[in-house]
Amino acid sequence: MTELALIAISAAIVNNVVLTYFLGVCPFLGVSRRLDMAFGMGTAVTFVVTIAGTLTFLTHRYVLLPLDLAFLQYIVFIFVIAGTVQLVEMVVRKFQPALYEAFGVFLPMITTNCAILGTCLFVWLKNYDTLLKAVVFSVSSGVGFTLAIVIMAGIREELTFADVPRPLRGAPITLFVAAILAMAFMGFAGIGTAQ
Amino acid sequence: MNDAASMPAASQRLTRGVLPENPVFRQLLGMCPVLAVTNSLAGALTMGLATTFVLLCSNIVVSLLRKQLQPHLRILVYTLTIASFVTIADRFLAAFLPDMSLLLGPYIPLIIVNCLIISRAEACASKQGLVPAIADAAGQGAGFVLGLLSLGFVRELLGSGSLFGIRVLPEAWPEWLIMVLPPGAFLTLGILIAIVNWWDGRREQ
Repeated sequence: MTELALIAISAAIVNNVVLTYFLGVCPFLGVSRRLDMAFGMGTAVTFVVTIAGTLTFLTHRYVLLPLDLAFLQYIVFIFVIAGTVQLVEMVVRKFQPALYEAFGVFLPMITTNCAILGTCLFVWLKNYDTLLKAVVFSVSSGVGFTLAIVIMAGIREELTFADVPRPLRGAPITLFVAAILAMAFMGFAGIGTAQ
Repeated sequence: MNDAASMPAASQRLTRGVLPENPVFRQLLGMCPVLAVTNSLAGALTMGLATTFVLLCSNIVVSLLRKQLQPHLRILVYTLTIASFVTIADRFLAAFLPDMSLLLGPYIPLIIVNCLIISRAEACASKQGLVPAIADAAGQGAGFVLGLLSLGFVRELLGSGSLFGIRVLPEAWPEWLIMVLPPGAFLTLGILIAIVNWWDGRREQ
């Protein structure tokens, strides 16, 4: 139990996907203008990464390794992720049209969100040996992504009222905010290293 | 192709990617490796060359396949093409540069989801012939390497006092550890983009 809690805290906060591993920086910078959209994006990523993390763990463990096809890992992983995204897109379009409107181009782009493939690869790189650990790690990575993008959107909503010097408008000031956030998250370093 | 006449020619494709449409500073594409591997110049160069290799191969394949592409399946075709070449690059690095392969870790397989490569397949290779597609990949690849190297230069110099692992600053230089840590990546990229924007603003006046 302690081990699972440590995996969760480590993935969501200490080694935050965005602020420590730079995974999912594109949506982190692109979809963080408004709080509601950021939260929607975060939820979508958490949902997809949970399914994809579980499926890739199972495929790698029970199909690729027994058949000695580990070198096909990347191709199979991205195929599984693309399939999951396609499924989520169809479900959201059918049942949540408003949410679908809000994402626009970004939902198909979740396939190319590094946070998803990155998390699937980290499950394998960190040698999580049980399905439960893999699932907990995937969910926590998604939560960490949501946390980072929502904090960022909150700050950027305030930034629209600030008088930012012209060359710094847009990407540069957002990156500065990200730098300060990354420093703040470094304060958590050391928690959970006992695992 | 109906719109072939309105598409930029090969020579334009080549030069555009380097500065006017630089992937790192102007299009903000492929941010993940840009931020993650630039704490050393050697890592930045390897990542830049690996990405350029994959971009070149995927542009060639997509350009050759462009008549057969089905609209709703094209993203999948791009992704699987890219994943195949990334596997080749990854195996190559693991065999011939094992230290570098360890250093870059998951960021080599993550080239698969580098938005730069997909966006070039979509914007150029799926619409134009082989020659413009190759020129485009070379130009954008060069622009990407340039972006990675400029970030790596600043971060390794200030963070470790060295370039390509060779000490260049005097021993008394207090190494700015923050530059090799994640916040330094965001900060350096922000400053470099601000400089590019400022330069643009001055030229317009």
